Amino acid sequence: MNEDTKEILKKFFDWVVGNGPRPENEVVSPEPPPDLPFTQRPRDRYSRFREATLRERYNQWLELHGFHIFSILYSALSVLMCVVIVSLLLATVAELPPTLSTSQRPSPAHNEVIRRYVEHAPRETGAQNIVAGLLHRYRGFETFGESAVMFTSAVSVLMMLGASRRNKFNRELSPKDAASGRNFLQRGPPDEPILREAAPILIPVILMAGCAVIINGHISPGGGFAGGAILGMALILAANAYGFGRVHEFFDERAFVISTSTALIVYTLSCGYDFFTGANQLQTFIPNGTIGNILSGGLILPANICLGFMTAGTLYAFYVLFSEGDM
Amino acid sequence: MLERLFINHYQTAAVILSGIGLTNLLLQRNLIKKIIGLNIMNSAIFLFLAAKGNINPLPSVMALAGIVITLSLTAFALALTLKIYEDSGTLNIDEALLKKTKEQEELEAIIEQAEEEEIFS
Repeated sequence: MNEDTKEILKKFFDWVVGNGPRPENEVVSPEPPPDLPFTQRPRDRYSRFREATLRERYNQWLELHGFHIFSILYSALSVLMCVVIVSLLLATVAELPPTLSTSQRPSPAHNEVIRRYVEHAPRETGAQNIVAGLLHRYRGFETFGESAVMFTSAVSVLMMLGASRRNKFNRELSPKDAASGRNFLQRGPPDEPILREAAPILIPVILMAGCAVIINGHISPGGGFAGGAILGMALILAANAYGFGRVHEFFDERAFVISTSTALIVYTLSCGYDFFTGANQLQTFIPNGTIGNILSGGLILPANICLGFMTAGTLYAFYVLFSEGDM
Repeated sequence: MLERLFINHYQTAAVILSGIGLTNLLLQRNLIKKIIGLNIMNSAIFLFLAAKGNINPLPSVMALAGIVITLSLTAFALALTLKIYEDSGTLNIDEALLKKTKEQEELEAIIEQAEEEEIFS
């Protein structure tokens, strides 16, 4: 490598990185006045070059266009990823065995586990509804985790949406509240004649339907989650027809926390009893009862009632927190 | 392959729906629309499970679990979205991120200046 090449390489390197001797045709920026305080003096050692280095120009270009190029790349890559994933899944679906409805050949999904569930579940769990028996006895641990997830979500939503506004100093009235000068608890019901006339007829029926779905959870389709959702809808209807203040009289934040926690604790205890006796092969003291009666199925009925209370409270809490921002 | 896809048409529809949901989740810039995409994916999974469970009780149990988890997840995500909206005044994820980065840079500049003044004064 001769001297010329070295010189060119050095110049090129200086041009890229920006330090080293100044090129001949460089415009020198005026020296800063020496009496400036330290903090206002330019600290950048490249600042004596008026010409931006390649890196600076690259950074400027990136600031100008980087986001645009990133968006294009991101969109293209995500479309590509979705296409690849969907085609892989479609190839898998093409290899799946047909379900029983389209051909009489049994598919591997209907193996001895399913046969055992269908044949022995009513006798072993005492529940006529096989799904309820499966949900609360064979797969009780999963349902327990599910209810814990719902409780955690309700508590975190209450923390995020309720707690910041509970502070009286931070409280800002919503536009509706500011217009009427009262908060959502003192505001009367909305002026909806149809809703007001229909609510007294509908609410008892809905409550009764919800209770029936919960109590018959181990006999007919339904159960704690479905019935609890119906009860929660009744609460929401009452809040809309009579105003949030009327519901708040018997179901405020304290009642929500107490009822949900109590339901979860009772459910945990009954689940834990089942887990303990099941895991240790112990004799349980709760009889399975006659299949088809209300009082049958061991601990499924109390578990359903607890889950129903929890679901109703959680749904109403979500509604109030999202619509009014407080509970 | 097409014939076999047509035999399992519920599963095919579920897979396509899930792809639509995933695309929505990735490409939408609006947080609420992202959550809607997530819900479409969940519905696709329920459809898949429902197509499998004609005499089989196990998919019904799984779908029940999935519905509860979806409810919790959606509520939590919406609460987070509400918080982001209160904080940054926009539902667009890019704008919110840019705003947050800018605030962070300003804060760092202020801290740096304060430290320098403390050291050299």
